[in-house]
Amino acid sequence: MIEVANVTKTYHAGRPNAYTAVDGVSLAIERGRLTVLKGPSGSGKTTLLSLVGCMARPSSGRIHLRGVKAAGLPAAGGALEITSLPERFLTEIRRATFGFIFQHFNLIKGVSTLENVMLPAYPLGGDPAALRRRAGELLERFGLSRHAREPIDRLSGGELQRVAIARALVNDPAVLIADEPTAHLDSHLSEAFMALMGTFKEGGRTLLIASHDPLVYDSPLVDATHELRDGRLCGKASA
Amino acid sequence: MRRSDLFLGLLALQLGLFLAMLVYARRAGRGVDPGVAECRRWVAELRLTDLCLFTEARYTRNPALADLHTPFQDHPTALEHFPSGTLVAPPPHLTSPHAWHPAPNPKHP
Amino acid sequence: MPGTLRRTRSILDFALASLLRRKGRNAALLGVYTLVVFVAASLVFFTQAVKREAHQVLADAPGLVVQRTLAGRQDLVPLAWADWVRGLRGVRSVRPRWWGYYYDGAFGANFTVQASEDAALPAGSARIGAGAARILRVKEGDLITLRGHDNLPLLLTVQGILSSDSELVASDLLLLPREDFQTLFGLPPDQATDLAVDVANPRELPTLAAKIAERYPEARPILHSEILRTYDAIFDWRGGLLVAVLMIAVLCFAIFAWDRAAGLSAEERREIGILKSIGWETSDVLLLKLLEGLAVSLTAFLSGCVLAYGHVFLFSAPLFEGALKGWSVLYPRYRLVPVVDGYQLSLLFLLAVVPYTAATLIPGWRAATVDPDAAMRS
Repeated sequence: MIEVANVTKTYHAGRPNAYTAVDGVSLAIERGRLTVLKGPSGSGKTTLLSLVGCMARPSSGRIHLRGVKAAGLPAAGGALEITSLPERFLTEIRRATFGFIFQHFNLIKGVSTLENVMLPAYPLGGDPAALRRRAGELLERFGLSRHAREPIDRLSGGELQRVAIARALVNDPAVLIADEPTAHLDSHLSEAFMALMGTFKEGGRTLLIASHDPLVYDSPLVDATHELRDGRLCGKASA
Repeated sequence: MRRSDLFLGLLALQLGLFLAMLVYARRAGRGVDPGVAECRRWVAELRLTDLCLFTEARYTRNPALADLHTPFQDHPTALEHFPSGTLVAPPPHLTSPHAWHPAPNPKHP
Repeated sequence: MPGTLRRTRSILDFALASLLRRKGRNAALLGVYTLVVFVAASLVFFTQAVKREAHQVLADAPGLVVQRTLAGRQDLVPLAWADWVRGLRGVRSVRPRWWGYYYDGAFGANFTVQASEDAALPAGSARIGAGAARILRVKEGDLITLRGHDNLPLLLTVQGILSSDSELVASDLLLLPREDFQTLFGLPPDQATDLAVDVANPRELPTLAAKIAERYPEARPILHSEILRTYDAIFDWRGGLLVAVLMIAVLCFAIFAWDRAAGLSAEERREIGILKSIGWETSDVLLLKLLEGLAVSLTAFLSGCVLAYGHVFLFSAPLFEGALKGWSVLYPRYRLVPVVDGYQLSLLFLLAVVPYTAATLIPGWRAATVDPDAAMRS
């Protein structure tokens, strides 16, 4: 599904504060599997996630996507090389293919739960009634229906994360990317999160999680683990 | 009801009022207003030269007839008539008065 | 509904939600903004209407008014001048005018006293303007007393009150028969206040004025066009009224624009980052900011203009009355005929809507070009 080939990302290249976050990483992420990137904070997990999720471009190396659909692009039966695509197409692919669950949830304060969930779909110009229905269903599925009209500021940490998950799912992405999803959750909520991931996996979604929480990477649901340290892969990928 | 529906409705209402205002003003400007007709009648009959907007001094009551020295004529210690005095600028012909030059003023044929 | 329209509607939804979050602050902003537009638009409407009214009302004003100056002061005109002017070619009529000002200490009001040539106004009677009647609290048939130059009271019966429609030109008038006028002020019989001259061909007026000024060097002729231009000048952009009020309005706009352009709050910047990270393009964010700006500025502009229209044309500009009235006691009551000048309104639109919208858009632009992964790394 996703192949990362010898990818390097350097921030502030050519300046004194240049900093290489990801250094020559190659790995493959398979469709319908749960893949975990593990490693201490600062090891380049988040950067790698943003590269895979078409949020940023690698400084060198290539990323191939297989089975991606994006408006305006030729239907790619084979692999699509995304690192050289213009910004506009990257955004298209990102919207259609990836759902993000951020470490700090990144929800918009003061706006209702329902609206937060619908936000990623606004620029797509889809049918608003259908979108509202879809978002309502997602909220119901995560037990958040009664908070739909409330601003998210009144929600608890666990609820916030479920809103963030609902938002990640609103465009029905093939791949879910989560960055340190259990960092702000207690063990009980973390287990609930992993159980939820299990249902997504059963639903056929590809999952990519960055975490240094054993509750995540030691979970029996995990299909593959890649360990990162100082921007490099270390050890063998366990599968 | 979506928020944008409500807003667009309000905006349409305002726009409607705005356009109505333009149309109404245009129509009102075309007919002869009875007030204007009455004023014209008195202007013609009494040979009036000015609007009765500010009555406190002669150069504000009759600005068209004001001359270069008018503000000083009320009283040597008279104060400027504020605020009308500051609002009423001297008429343009005072700066080029043909009265002081026998030749016709080329500015207004 | 096509996709772009739906996208705009959805983003508008969010823009409104976003504005509603800071309800108090944005409501205050909208209020002040509307007020600024309201004041500026009121001013534009008022000055345009008065200018046009002046042009229409004074269309039949004398073609030429001949005054006489003595030592720099206006003085009485000998009636002999009238005879000489009457003999000039092209002159249709010369009418001496007898008029002056009368200060009534009891009421603190200045009246304009003018001699009427109307034969139906017998000696000992007067016709007075509606404003004067209001101040003096008299009605038809009542007596008014004016103190003459010789300190003797002049008693006049109010024979009629001029219709309230005429207040814009005749509010403060006291019309007296000529004999009473001359008695009141002790005028010499062979002199008048000034001469109203009318000609067959208005194009000859400047030539005529020059002839008069040549014959009588102390004469001061005032042309019809100058009378009209006086009112254009008073209510011009450069007139004191406009400068005073518009300066304040412009400064208000400057404060707004500064407030917006001085940069987004960290919170707003963060939000733009989030939107980018969840799949909004730069253009989507810009559309959001544009709609936010337009929602406020269009609302303020339209409601400000409509309110100003009501203020000026339905309620006769009560807010300006204070400024125009000054300390005068006598202020005419009049209703202006509505005039809406498209050019000035467009100018107001440009001044009111464009800078604010731009000031909302431009800082958003800078923030919207961040990389989508910035929100992830923060």
